[in-house]
Amino acid sequence: MVEPENKPDETIRDEGIEAGAARLTEDKIAETINRVLNVEAGARLRMYVDTCAHCGLCSEACHYYLSHDNDPHFSPAGKVKQTLWEMIRKKGRVSPDFMKRAAEIAHTQCNLCKRCSMYCPFGIDIAYLMATVRRIIHLLGMTPLYIQATAHSHAATMNQMWVKEDEWPDTLQWQEEEARSEIPKLRIPLEKEGADIMYSVIGPEPKFQAQLLYQAAVILNTAGLNWTMPATPGWDNSDMAMFTGDNEIMGRIKRAHFETAIRLKVKKIVMGECGHAFRSVYDTGNRWLSWRMPPIPIVHAIEFYYDMLKEGRIKIARKYSEPVTLHDPCNVVRGRGLHEKARYVINAICDNLIEMHPNREHNYCCCAGGGVINCGPPYKLARMKGNRIKADQLFATKAKGAKTLVAPCHNCHSGLEDINHYYGLEMNVKFISDILYEVMEKPE
Amino acid sequence: MHDIYQFVSGPMVWIAFIVFIGGSLFRLIQMLLLIQKKESFIFSYISLKYALRSIGNWLIPFGPVNMRNHPAVTTVTFIFHFCMLVTPLFLLSHIVLWDESFSIRYWALPDTVGDVMTVLVIASCLFFAIRRQKMADVRFLTSASDYIILTIVAMPFITGFIAYHQWGSYPFFMVLHIISGEIMLMAIPFTRLVHMLFAPFTRAYTGSEFGGIRYAKDW
Repeated sequence: MVEPENKPDETIRDEGIEAGAARLTEDKIAETINRVLNVEAGARLRMYVDTCAHCGLCSEACHYYLSHDNDPHFSPAGKVKQTLWEMIRKKGRVSPDFMKRAAEIAHTQCNLCKRCSMYCPFGIDIAYLMATVRRIIHLLGMTPLYIQATAHSHAATMNQMWVKEDEWPDTLQWQEEEARSEIPKLRIPLEKEGADIMYSVIGPEPKFQAQLLYQAAVILNTAGLNWTMPATPGWDNSDMAMFTGDNEIMGRIKRAHFETAIRLKVKKIVMGECGHAFRSVYDTGNRWLSWRMPPIPIVHAIEFYYDMLKEGRIKIARKYSEPVTLHDPCNVVRGRGLHEKARYVINAICDNLIEMHPNREHNYCCCAGGGVINCGPPYKLARMKGNRIKADQLFATKAKGAKTLVAPCHNCHSGLEDINHYYGLEMNVKFISDILYEVMEKPE
Repeated sequence: MHDIYQFVSGPMVWIAFIVFIGGSLFRLIQMLLLIQKKESFIFSYISLKYALRSIGNWLIPFGPVNMRNHPAVTTVTFIFHFCMLVTPLFLLSHIVLWDESFSIRYWALPDTVGDVMTVLVIASCLFFAIRRQKMADVRFLTSASDYIILTIVAMPFITGFIAYHQWGSYPFFMVLHIISGEIMLMAIPFTRLVHMLFAPFTRAYTGSEFGGIRYAKDW
């Protein structure tokens, strides 16, 4: 068998990578790589690299590998070989072209979904290794353009989507007004100090998915909770800086988020259906700020819906009748074990849940998360080709009768919507809140 | 040949064990100090319960999903590691050496069983070498060092097998057997064979993160 050539995809031109690489010299590359590998990184990196037995048992964990007909370049360890192993072997003296390829691999051929660390006999965290490569790419100033623009937005506005300070409360009040035509007494309480819950969302919700704010307001009002949303920066829980390796900005935006909750003296933060934001507030960002666990309890939407249904605060008028299947997002399933609670919620609001296989911790990634979809249009086709296995998995589930695909994560939702269109699946992709809002009992 | 035998079965054994034990301690202590210096948070996430849960699950043959996905590799891997560790420790001719030198005696494997286990180790090494050749993904990850390591592991068993059956020149293969065993011991801390020392730690940490923080299974 002839090995496929190891070259960057010539059809893709990423201005961020190109412009960044044009400024590089081998000295600068070597200096940066060695700083990250020898100064910033520690025992984990060294042990993971030294322990790896080159056995290839991680290959089939990766949706890219499976979708590319088992091309070894896409196996998890194969990606480490093409990036870190070479950097270590050459003591950082690699070319700008090598770094361009490394940027393509680390940013657009790995979703950091951690499925492979469940398949490695040693439990090596390959996502961490890829994130380390992204850190090097960030420090070299050659992060893909679109995701870098998002990180810039975080730095400048403390939100992901360049939402201006006045646009944010304006959007909330607009959605409050809309919702009041359905539920006259509904409120979206802003800046309510001492509320039990601060509800936080990701930048795209006010930017182009305002109906999700509407639905959340209906759910929170119906449950009769004492809640609030901040009117200041710090409302956005998302974090693309985490995925570009810009840890400093990640720390700033997480601090703004936590401090906003602390300023409002809330007991906990409840967040919308987003996976990467959960990873950032529950796992990555808090650690950068030296919090072992988040300083304020973080409740993901799945767990929140579970609590509301279990406590009887939300009642179901009529279950959703179309057969549904559930996609387990990596960041709240491998990242927080919410798979059984998600099933409780789905079964409470839907008549018929048809499982896709594999599922729960072993579900295939959406291929959008980990910042890959945020690398933007240049890589859309790469995402689609890189996740044929997901389409296969969904076709098989559709054949069993599933018509609606529930994806309780923003990145998964967008990525699966793309898969849906590209492969002609013709499923209805929904958030849990879309269905919950539809089927719940609402106050007069 | 006699002088060489005297050396490899005398001073060289001491050197090999000192390098193996000293090197292993060095690698482990160095690793712990590095964690202490740069990633001390690891100590706060490590949980004995979840470390053992993860290690335990990965010691069950065909327990983890990935083992079930690769039945041949799983079978060979378990046989290989078991035989490779048990055979040298419980072989009668090795225990005799312990007895002669330090009057240490313990239960020994019947010779035939030891013989079969040796063959299993050699066959497993052959399987791994062929797998490295034939599977595109594994071949992609393979460099010369992987074959060298495999050879280092296979050699003591091949030479021991030949010497035991007294094929060819017995003294020659005996010396070769002792040397290759010493090389393997000394290689453990300083090659990827170090997974013998590190794998419990990498798995303990991943198991702790999955169990204690992420509330998910990692097998």
